[in-house]
Order: sequence, then C-alpha cells, then structure tokens
Amino acid sequence: MIPGSQPTDTDSERELELYFGPQHLGMVGNFSITLKVRGDRIVEATANPGYLHRGFEKLMEYRTWMQNFPLVCRVNVVEPDSMEMIYAMGVEKLAGLEVPERAQYIRSIYLELARVGSHLFGLWAYSNMLGFDTPAQWAMYHRDLVLDLFEELTGGRVYHIYLWPGGVRRDFPEGFKDRIVETLHSIGGCVPDYDSTFFNNRLFHQRAHGIAKISQERAKALGATGQVLRATGMRYDIRKVEPYAAYDQVDWEVPTREEGDAYSRIWVIRDEMIESVHMIFKLLDAMPGGEVYNRVPNPFKWEIPPGETYVRCESSRGELGLYMVSDGGDKPYRVHFRTPSYPHGLTILEELLKGASIADVGNTMISLYIVAPEIDR
Amino acid sequence: MGKPSILSAFKAVKFLFQKPVTLRYPFEQKEPAPRYRGFHLNDWDKCTGCGNCADICPNEAITMVEAPEVEPKPGEKNERPQLDYGRCCFCGLCVDICPPGSLRLSRDYFHIHFDTNTFVFLPKDEAKDEETFLPPEEYSILQASLTHRRKDYEGFSSHPDFTLFEPERVPMPQVSPEERRLSFVEQVLGYSREEARREAARCLECKLCEDACPAHLKISDYIRAIYEDRPDEALRKIFEDNPIPAICGRICMRHCETACSLSIRGEPLAIRWLKRYTSDSIVDYREALELQPAPTTGKTVAVVGAGPSGLSVAHFLALKGHKAVVYDALPGGGGMMRIGPPAYRLPVESIDKDVAYTASLGVEFRFNTKVGTDVLFEDLLNDYDAVYLGIGTTSSRSTRVKNAEKCHLALDFLQRNKIGRPVEVGKHIIVIGGGNVAMDVAREALRLQHIQRPGQETKTMTVSLEDWDEMPATEDEIEEAKEEGVEFNPAWGPKEVVLDDSGEVKGLACKKVKSVFDEAGRFSPSFYEDQVMLLEGDMIIEAIGQGPDFSFIPDAMMENVEFTERRKVKVDEDGRTTLPKVFAGGDIVNVNLDAVTAIADAKVAAEGIDRLLSSES
Repeated sequence: MIPGSQPTDTDSERELELYFGPQHLGMVGNFSITLKVRGDRIVEATANPGYLHRGFEKLMEYRTWMQNFPLVCRVNVVEPDSMEMIYAMGVEKLAGLEVPERAQYIRSIYLELARVGSHLFGLWAYSNMLGFDTPAQWAMYHRDLVLDLFEELTGGRVYHIYLWPGGVRRDFPEGFKDRIVETLHSIGGCVPDYDSTFFNNRLFHQRAHGIAKISQERAKALGATGQVLRATGMRYDIRKVEPYAAYDQVDWEVPTREEGDAYSRIWVIRDEMIESVHMIFKLLDAMPGGEVYNRVPNPFKWEIPPGETYVRCESSRGELGLYMVSDGGDKPYRVHFRTPSYPHGLTILEELLKGASIADVGNTMISLYIVAPEIDR
Repeated sequence: MGKPSILSAFKAVKFLFQKPVTLRYPFEQKEPAPRYRGFHLNDWDKCTGCGNCADICPNEAITMVEAPEVEPKPGEKNERPQLDYGRCCFCGLCVDICPPGSLRLSRDYFHIHFDTNTFVFLPKDEAKDEETFLPPEEYSILQASLTHRRKDYEGFSSHPDFTLFEPERVPMPQVSPEERRLSFVEQVLGYSREEARREAARCLECKLCEDACPAHLKISDYIRAIYEDRPDEALRKIFEDNPIPAICGRICMRHCETACSLSIRGEPLAIRWLKRYTSDSIVDYREALELQPAPTTGKTVAVVGAGPSGLSVAHFLALKGHKAVVYDALPGGGGMMRIGPPAYRLPVESIDKDVAYTASLGVEFRFNTKVGTDVLFEDLLNDYDAVYLGIGTTSSRSTRVKNAEKCHLALDFLQRNKIGRPVEVGKHIIVIGGGNVAMDVAREALRLQHIQRPGQETKTMTVSLEDWDEMPATEDEIEEAKEEGVEFNPAWGPKEVVLDDSGEVKGLACKKVKSVFDEAGRFSPSFYEDQVMLLEGDMIIEAIGQGPDFSFIPDAMMENVEFTERRKVKVDEDGRTTLPKVFAGGDIVNVNLDAVTAIADAKVAAEGIDRLLSSES
C-alpha cells in the first residue's frame, strides 16, 4: 500500500502468503509455518516441518541395539531422557529383560528431574517469547542447576545416555540424594518469585487468556496429549494410565485446568513441575537398595527374538510412543516414534491458528509446547 | 492463586541487589563433575589394541592405528585407538566395552583450533605423555587444547559391574571330585547346545586369540558359527587349520585363552570347550566337511609318528593329493595323546574319531610298526619322496638318584593304564615331578588306588623341585588334583630312594630346595643339604620330563642332523631338517611341547613338502 493512501476494500481483502520461520524471532527451533493472511487475521496455516529431519528412524535400522542409545536421545533435544526410557522399554519388552527395583526408582527420579528441566526450558521459551525476560533468565539458570545434577549422575549435561536396557548405567554417586534435595529446594524457593513476576502477572493473563483455545472434544479428536489435553480438563497421564518405572509406588496427583487455552496450559506446566518435585522427594524416601543394572548380552552378538512391540511413556510434552520390530537380528528392523509434538505441532497448530492474529502465532505455538526435532526425526 | 496484578512483577526488583549467578569465565570456572565425559585417556600399558572401542563406536570416531613403539606379543596388538573429535559424541560406549579398562574419559573438554586435522588425536595418559598432561601450576585455561591438558583429571571410567562384556564364563558341567576319583570317567561333561551358544555369545571378536594361537585357528569365525548354531560351519573353520578338534578340544594348552581380552578383568572365553562342543556335536565329520582331496600327484610321503603333528601333516598332504603313509609303534593313532592324557581327560574314542577322519581322506596308517626295528629308516628314505619326523618325546627321564631303577617311569605307567593292563599300585605312592605329566600320573595313581584298594587307607603324594608359584603344571591341573586328594610337597628334591631290608621301596629321602634356576634363568637346582626328610611310600613314579628317541636314525646319518641351542632339531622355514628330504615338527622341533604347536609345525612342513614335491615333477 502506498503510504498516505486510504485502504480500499480490495487491499484489505487481499490474501497474502506469509512465512513464519524457520528464521524468525518468535520461532523456537527449526520449524516453519506458512500463513495465508487477510489483513491481520490468519485464514489458513500450513505447518512446514522438515528443516530438522535427520532420519533417525532409518539410521536406527543400521545400528546395533546398543549403538542406538547415543542416537535415540537426540530425537528430543530438550528432554532426551524420556527418549532413552522409551527405547529401553521397547528393547526390554522385545528381549524379555528384567530391571532391578532400585533401577526403577532411579529411572523415575531421573525422568522427573528431566521433566523439571524440560519445563523450565519451556518456561524460558514461553516467557521470553512474550517479552518476560526476567523470569526467562531465572528459568534458564534453574535449568542449569538441574543439568548440574545430570552431569554429576551421568557425566553429560544435555545428552545423558544413562538409561540402558536392564537398568541404569551407574548407581547414584555418594551423597547425590542430598544434592537433589538441596537443588530442588533452591529452585522451589523461587516459586513465589516466578508467581509474582510471571504467573500472577496481569500482563501474562492478558496476553495468554483465551488464546489458542481448544475444546476437550477437539483435543481428543486431533490426538492431543500432555498439557494440551490436561488443560481441557481431562485427567490423562500415561504415568497413571499405564504406570512404568516406579510411578505406581508413590502417591501423586495429575494437575489439570478446564479452560483449554494458552494460559491454562502454562499453568498446568507450572503445577506439574511442582508435583514432580514432590514426587521426587517421595521416590527418594521410598527408594530401596540393591542392584541397578542387569547385564545385557554382548553388544556385538546381541540378537533379539523376532517380534513387534508398542510401548509408551509420558514425556514432558505428552504421550511418547515407540513402535519397534525385531526380525531376530542384531539391529531393529523398524523403529517408529509417536512423538507428542507431532499432532500438537501439525494438526492442532494448524487448526488453532485459523482465525488467529499474526501476533499470536508464536504464542500459540510455544503454548502448545512443541519441540521441532520431535516432529522431524 | 491470587488475582493477576500488573504490579506484582515489580517484586523482582529485589534481585538487582543480589550477587549475579553467572560465572565470569575464564576467570571463574566451573569444575566438571567427577564422572564428566570429556576427552579420552588411554593407559597404553594396559591397552591391548583389541579394537573393541572402534567396533562399538556408533559414529566411527575411533580408528585403530599402528603404534610402532609397541611390541606386538600374544594378547597384545601394536595398535592403539585414535579419536576423531569431529565425530565423537562422548557417549562413553567405548569406555564400557573396553576389556582391560584402559580407555577412560577425562574432565577436559576444550579444543579450539583452525586446523581440523588437530581434532584427530591419539589419546594417551599422563604416564606416557608428560608434555600434554600438565600439573595445575603449568596448566592454563587459555591454552587448553587436546595437547594442553590437566594432569590427574579423570572423568568417566570403566566400572566392573557396568561393563558391556560378560566377565563370567558359562560354567562347564563336571563330575564332582568325590565321584570322579573313583573311576576313569571323563571329568568334563561338555556344553549343551544352549550353554555353548551362551558361552559363544560372550566373544567380542577382537581376534587377540588368533594371533596367540600357534596354529592361528580362525577362532572368532568358528565361535560366531557356534553362536549362530551352525556347528558344521564351525567345524569347517576349525579344519582349515586343525584336523584334530576332538583331541585339541580336550587337551589343548589354550594359548588363545591366555590371550583372550575377556581374561583381563574376567574369565576368558572357553575356547577349548567350544571346540570340543563342535567336534562332539557332529557325529560324522565327512558329511559336515565335504573336503575333497586334490587329484593324486603320485608322490608319497612317509610320516613317522601318528601324534598330533604326524596326523596333521598327513591330513594336509592328503588334501594336496600326496599319498601319506603314517608309521607308529602304538596300536592306534594319536601318539603321545593316546598314552599320555588319562582317559578321564581324553578318552581313546575321541582320538579315534579324529584319526578315522584322516584315514578317510586316503591316508594309510601302519600301526604296531616301529621305525628302526620293524621297518628301517633308510628304507623309508629310499621308498618315499619325502619323510616327516613327528616322533615326539617318548622316553621318560629318570632322576638317576640312588636306587632310582626301583622307580616306575611316567610314560610306561600312563601307557599301561590307558591302553594296556593297568599297573598294580601301592598303598602310598610318591610321584616325583611338578609338571602336567606328574599331575596326570598322580591323579591316575589315586584312581587306581581307589579301584584296586577300596576301603584301604591310601595316599598319593607329589614331590617337586619347584615351589607353588613356579610349578610348571597348569593351575587347573593342580587345583583338580588337590580336590581329588593328591598331597603336594613343593620345593623338595629327591636325594635317594630308600629301600628296606628285603630290597623293596620304603620311601624317598628328600632335601630342601634352595633355588631351581640359576641367575641366568637356566635350570640348575641347588639344595640345603642339611634339611632332609623321608617321605614314606611303597611305590615311586618319576615324572620329571621326557626326551626324544633318535635311535632309529643310523649313526652316520645322525651326525648330519643339526640341533639348536635348546637341543631341538634345527629346521628351516619350510620345516626341513639338515637331512635331505627329511622334514620334522612337533616336540622335537618346538619348545612349547604341546599339541597345537605341533599342528602349527605340521602346517608349515606340509607346505614345505608340497613345494619340494611340486618342484620335482
């Protein structure tokens, strides 16, 4: 439009194609959305994944059962641990391996720590995107404290490669329990600060309330899980539905909200983080002694009997599933992941963006808690 | 939750007055955790160059490169892992698979360089590389790189409970000591199919064993075939280098298992028992092997001695189309194997299985035929195109102490028990010697006592010059002999055989040993002449070693036979002696004095004989 001229009907009605990402300040990860806009309103959104495709599922067919471990965690960069868990569960189910009881507790503690770390990262992404830089910085710092725990336990900060089939790779180091408690207390002590600056901040409420609202019916129809579904009032969590590791050994609650919008989703994330911390304390108290690893066969000659399996766990984003087939060889015949970001980032995102304002694209996307590498794998 | 307020965020202002949490790097540094997975460390003294780290690496970041400063020896290759840090993902699989535990990760993780070639690195540790690994006062974070690292900065390292290899062997079912000492029943029962596969699955295929085996059997190939449940393929692989698997599967000295990388921090793979399993699980070798000898060449070779080397040379020659005729004084094949190893270790049926297969290839056996008396050595030289001497060491040595002629000799004793009429044994038996033959003799004597003198109070003792730590018998043999009830008197030397008034053996007078070897390591025992004891016994058997018997070679010819410094027949790289067209192998040539080395000699000689015969035509 020529500056200074009056808009005509034809100008405002004209449809434009707008690229949101893969290089965009509001975009987290290598992902792109092609928007058809009329004025400020989105007419149609097409999710455009593929910028981060690394062919993991295919690569895994060329690596032995054990060699896949350093690979599988890379599917979800932010929370590699539930990827390790799902793959270990799949291998254990196909090969009929038992896991010692102590290892089950360590697994749960480890996965909950990962959930806290991942949610802090999500909180950074969301608050940062909305312009709340201060709580974003805190979240990043607190996530680093969780990574320090991972470093001490596993030797790695981001890719831990810790959860093996048959148990875990090493036992807790001396005094590690105390340091978990200490770290979680110091993070938990900041919850009032987070609340006052972010969660109870009017600006956040204004910015997120009613945005990207989805009904429970639509959420279920489109395959939503995790916070997206729980924010619509449905109490659905794999840790309760189909308990694994040591999740059935302690009492804990599944936090839910009713509204189904961006605001309630972020609140579910917050409540979940707090619930995870409480769960870790309970697990630490109940944790038995003993072995943490049942040795797996020689990795060079480990062949798993033919069969197929589907296993699932609750990652920090929702239901994470793994379909795996063995043809009796030393490598998987086929691997396929059901990642929560896939429905959230493609079908649900496309639906929620329809009719939304351009300014809410990032808001919608990050409130759906999408991690792009999970979609492209 | 309170009512959202626009002012609540201002509470964060208090953080302005708090100490920042950010570290001011590089002035402030964060210490990595003790388990940190950083750059590699490798203890070159412990590393065997097995290459398992390179095999497990999912990113192919590890390459085994030749390390010229390392001398290859059995159980160690002169190769060391080289890392490409452009590929490494620091997962630490290499650390958890490393059999000796030499490969670790350190807490260093800094390397900045314009030249990508510097990212390819041969890791060592401070013991071998003082230039790279620096004490804290010389280390500077500003220069940190792969070649500027901190000393004593160990990170993620191997833990015996979390290794990726299985350190424990599948136990071999055996007859209990209480039961087995009552008869000559075979002690080892053998693996079942499932047990053999489980044991074979432990093999890491690093092939250290193949380098250590004198005959270089393709061990990892046949172990894999057993794992894949294809015993016939395993047998084919074994037969490429060893035509007597039923024998070797029971009595091999297992140079391979000593070299096995699993043995460093666990039990070696049961390679010998797996070979035994292969030969036992196949009823008819011929069906499984389908070996076709080459078209006949018309050449003939006389093989003197049907022991491991004689059998092997005949087998390899037959495959090449030459006619081999094997002469042996004993009534069947196997040579020393037929008479030496007691039936509880090597039953005659197992020997005959291997011999029968060799015969089926067209090898002719002339048993009960002693060269030198029944047929003259000169005639063999005239009648055949080549002669192979695999005569072994067949005459027992004597201590030659006073009245030693009253003693029994080991080989006569063993031979009579195994393939003749068993010797009548005494109540208290003294065996002189500390080697494997002495163990065989003592354990046989003990069994015969139980059979011939049931319910009587009997005793079997050994006397050896060597103390426990230097006894030449294998640990297993000593342990099993102890379990069965053999008593040991180490570090005692025989002084004289004491006779009673009627001239019967009354006991053995012994003197305490000062040392067995001299300063140069040569066998030269010295004694405390004043410390003596009398072992009472009514039967003494000498088992102190055997020597070869060359009496069948005419003296004029014997003068031309050259020997090495260690009194072994001198042969060239073709196995040829200094006598024209005479080849030799086995115990008269090598110093290992075992079956598998004899097979290795036979392989060499078979090639040599084939070259000689082919060049003549």
